[in-house]
Amino acid sequence: MSIDEFLNRSGCSWINADGPQSDIVLTSRIRLARNLKDHLYPILFSDEEAQAVLTKVEQVVANPSPGSPLQGMEMVRMSALEPLQKQVLVEKHLISPNLAEESPHGACLISENEEISIMINEEDHIRIQCITSGLQLEKALEKAFLVDDELEKHLDYAFHEVRGYLTSCPTNVGTGLRASVMMHLPGLVMTRQMNQILPSLNQLGITVRGIYGEGSEAIGNIFQISNQITLGKSEEDIVRDLTTIVEQIIEQERSAREQIKKTAGVQLEDRIFRSLGVLLHSRIIESKEAAQCISDVRLGIDLGFISEISPAILNELLILTQPGIIQQHAGKTLSPFERDVRRATLIRERIRM
Amino acid sequence: MICQECGIRKATVHFTKIINGEKTEYHLCEVCAQGKSDTFINTFHSPNLSLNNLLAGFFNVEPKYPEPFETRQMTRCANCGMTFEQFLEVGKFGCAHCYDAFHEKLTPVLKRIQGGNWKHNGKIPRRTGGALQLRKKIDILKETLQNLVAKEEFEKAAEVRDEIRMYEKILQEGGDADVH
Ligand SMILES: [Zn+2]
Ligand SMILES: [Zn+2]
Repeated sequence: MSIDEFLNRSGCSWINADGPQSDIVLTSRIRLARNLKDHLYPILFSDEEAQAVLTKVEQVVANPSPGSPLQGMEMVRMSALEPLQKQVLVEKHLISPNLAEESPHGACLISENEEISIMINEEDHIRIQCITSGLQLEKALEKAFLVDDELEKHLDYAFHEVRGYLTSCPTNVGTGLRASVMMHLPGLVMTRQMNQILPSLNQLGITVRGIYGEGSEAIGNIFQISNQITLGKSEEDIVRDLTTIVEQIIEQERSAREQIKKTAGVQLEDRIFRSLGVLLHSRIIESKEAAQCISDVRLGIDLGFISEISPAILNELLILTQPGIIQQHAGKTLSPFERDVRRATLIRERIRM
Repeated sequence: MICQECGIRKATVHFTKIINGEKTEYHLCEVCAQGKSDTFINTFHSPNLSLNNLLAGFFNVEPKYPEPFETRQMTRCANCGMTFEQFLEVGKFGCAHCYDAFHEKLTPVLKRIQGGNWKHNGKIPRRTGGALQLRKKIDILKETLQNLVAKEEFEKAAEVRDEIRMYEKILQEGGDADVH
């Protein structure tokens, strides 16, 4: 499939919000970092060596064995893309900002349903990523392993008996695995419990960050929860431990929602319907306000206040209302003001009741 | 503002340290801040300080003062040329061989950033990790063998023993069999 199709289509595999626990967990993501034994790592490699890595991977992908998960994937070099096109791929979580902005020899491969993406020459030679809907890290790990096995058949990975997969950064060594779960936690934010939970999660080796905001500020109450430790535990254990923690956070979020509904029912309902009003009727809307309103309406759906809107529309809007994707839709670069107008129009069209 | 430590570079890291109620302000450049970040990791605040710089401070397990030239032993990766000191500064390896070159110094570093862990316990690549997989397989078979002997199931035990011998032979001959 050509890169233009990825850029112009708003949907992707996880946007349907049909995975387990998908009222709170948007996506589960697995990333495996791998390197080639015989090449210097991206911080040191020459142009020629970078090229050699690209060629090696390209050869493997060009001749996939029957039934291989690599079938239909095509390599796209970062140098061949416009800044806006790269931004769209970042906003769809298909590539990292680092690959888009700081990897001159970077390239990516994306599967047809956008579930699998492979980044080449980012911080590591190879980074395999698998995104699934809802809480299903195990399934995502399984799929990422299939891609890993296929690549490993033909490529000599850098691997060490004691240290495991040898990554560029020692924070990834061993399994090279980063498992992360994107969660919508308005209940914990509204009841101010998030700040209490964060330190205890850090102690358990879990990193939490807001995905649309800077640092711990999470615009739209969306948080990314991921494992910090990559060495000493098996991949299955890392994924199982993270899943257990996420399940506990889900429990706490559910009880926080119940608590607000009980103690501040009318205020909550008011806030939800005001936000719905903003989304339905505004003519200019900034991405931050949009994200907050989308979060409120999504909560309204989950709590049964709103029944005419599909929860999937909210997932879609989270993606669609980002600056790069809005401009891609418009087919041209827009000023921030023009974007805000276009964003409001787009939301009104999608959410029409 | 100029860095108060080296007096050369621009101070980009600012923080306050309080000991026994006494406040001390620090204005440091990123380089000098790296040396301090280990102790001050909790009070740290800098918009420009990247994770790598923080890590570099984190890794700083070696004494900072220079040793006499003759006795100073540079640990350098023969493949990519990176020294252990450079690795500490950048927070990234130059190539796969760095892990071997820095092997001994690396264990405490890894323990710090990996929650006390230093040894891999996960997936092994099928092809390039062939020998290691074989060894793991042999270990498991040896355990099975002991159990069978304990249960006096000698016929089965003999089969397992032969299997172990076969794998050990493969291992001696180069050990790249495709084990699943
Ligand atoms: Zn200085
Ligand atoms: Zn090296």
